[in-house]
Amino acid sequence: MKQVKDFILVKNHKINTLYSRLTLAPADGSKLPEILPGQFVQVAVETPGVFLRRPISINDVDMAANTIDLLVRNAGKGTDALIKSKENSIINILLPLGNGFSTDAPADSRLLLIGGGVGVAPLLYLGKILKKAGLKPEFLLGARSAKDLLEIEDFQKVGEVHICTEDGSIGTQGLVTAHQVMQEKSYRYYCCGPAPMMKAIAKIAYASGTECEVSLENMMACGLGACLCCVEKTVKGNVCVCTEGPVFNINQLTWNE
Amino acid sequence: MANLSVNIGNLKLKNPVLTASGTFGYGEEFSPFIDLNKLGGYIIKGTTLNAREGNDYPRMVETPSGMLNAVGLQNKGVDYFIENIYPRIKHYDSELIVNVSGAKIEDYAETAHRLASLDKVNAIEVNISCPNVKEGGMAFGTTTTGAAAVTKAVREAFPKTLIVKLSPNVTSIADIAKAVEAEGADSVSLINTIMGMSIDVERRRPHLSTITGGLSGAAVRPVAVRMVWQTAKAVKIPVIGLGGIMNGRDAIEFMLAGATAVEIGTANFIDPTVTMKVIEFMNEYCIRHNIKDINEIIGTI
Repeated sequence: MKQVKDFILVKNHKINTLYSRLTLAPADGSKLPEILPGQFVQVAVETPGVFLRRPISINDVDMAANTIDLLVRNAGKGTDALIKSKENSIINILLPLGNGFSTDAPADSRLLLIGGGVGVAPLLYLGKILKKAGLKPEFLLGARSAKDLLEIEDFQKVGEVHICTEDGSIGTQGLVTAHQVMQEKSYRYYCCGPAPMMKAIAKIAYASGTECEVSLENMMACGLGACLCCVEKTVKGNVCVCTEGPVFNINQLTWNE
Repeated sequence: MANLSVNIGNLKLKNPVLTASGTFGYGEEFSPFIDLNKLGGYIIKGTTLNAREGNDYPRMVETPSGMLNAVGLQNKGVDYFIENIYPRIKHYDSELIVNVSGAKIEDYAETAHRLASLDKVNAIEVNISCPNVKEGGMAFGTTTTGAAAVTKAVREAFPKTLIVKLSPNVTSIADIAKAVEAEGADSVSLINTIMGMSIDVERRRPHLSTITGGLSGAAVRPVAVRMVWQTAKAVKIPVIGLGGIMNGRDAIEFMLAGATAVEIGTANFIDPTVTMKVIEFMNEYCIRHNIKDINEIIGTI
């Protein structure tokens, strides 16, 4: 069930000037709702010049500690204020929103979780859930440079990690689509990152007939399916990314046209 | 507890708080957060005779204290509403008002006619003010003759309470209000969004697929309050005020300016529980100011 409530910022793990990982717990001590990998939250940011909530992927969930983690990139006034939030401050959050990635792949299938930049965020929790289900997720993570590559150690605890950077400062130099692992047969791609990256992966998946899910980041206002701003063209017409997505199987989209 | 009930045409609202069309879906999107039965009423998404896909993405951009949208009346058409959505939402004990839009006068009238058969729909709000569609919409709302013609046709097709939603993108909104009042409208609601535009200067292209869009949110409130004040002085029918109401204080401001009821719009996107807070504030305000009936404050400026 969707809810809106105050969370307390338990820990602000500053990664560098651009990124922060925020660990948050319900301020009233209530139990977190069930959260599916790929779902997102809408965060209220109390700072001048910011009007709407900011949609942010859920990076990780710790049911035992009753916390969620958000991996935030400074992309403007709202996220800048968010990554500078002080520990123990109160942040109002609307959650859990959207659908989530599928987690029912056949056993022994090769699953490749592909993330670009801060788009790696939902793949950590997804990887953990897939692993828990007895599957063997592998990660292909891309970024501009080593400093933009996030949470590598966390990913390595969940599965094998392949790395690409555009400047070659770590891993293979180039875009994720150029990585060797993309040449090998996978059962399914789970993708989150910049739209050009996801479209390039989708193109490969359409051609090879690989199952592929992508998580879209269309601009939205409400996150509840009311404002109809975040629509994506699908085979069923325009649908809201916030309620029908953010995760879509590429066969639902019109990216192959 | 102060009396918060107000009348709009034949509608007796339990309180003056309505939700603005296009910001509240069909109500059910907000049922996880609030008790819809506590609202004075809720005005659902702009409904047209035939289904509309709306405009291309991107449809929204945040602006200082507000947002621009260019949704373009995406909806599945009136018949889909009647068959699939109405049965799901008709049980709420709060006035269900359908916002009606169209490209042609006959479309408005036919849509209104089909809605008239629904027991729970005691009122419609006719949208002659949408800035985001090529045909119809605001075109009717920017001249007194256009506004009067739509109102006349819908009045003949719909015997229950008729509210006409006015565009602020005009020289004299009070003149438009008088024209629709003369054709039998029971109430006017204002303002719809103000036409605006925003450019991504790095990419040197507009933020919206349609280039221009409708501005809403706190940024428009002083304009809306002024227009409500001018209109309420010019017509005898009740005025419904909207435009940038973010909290209870803002809602009271509109009522002092002459609004009998208010619509909460963009604020629902930021706080899905805002309507409940506005209702609570109204009661507290009345008690604090020793007002027994909220009707006492309407149009006192």
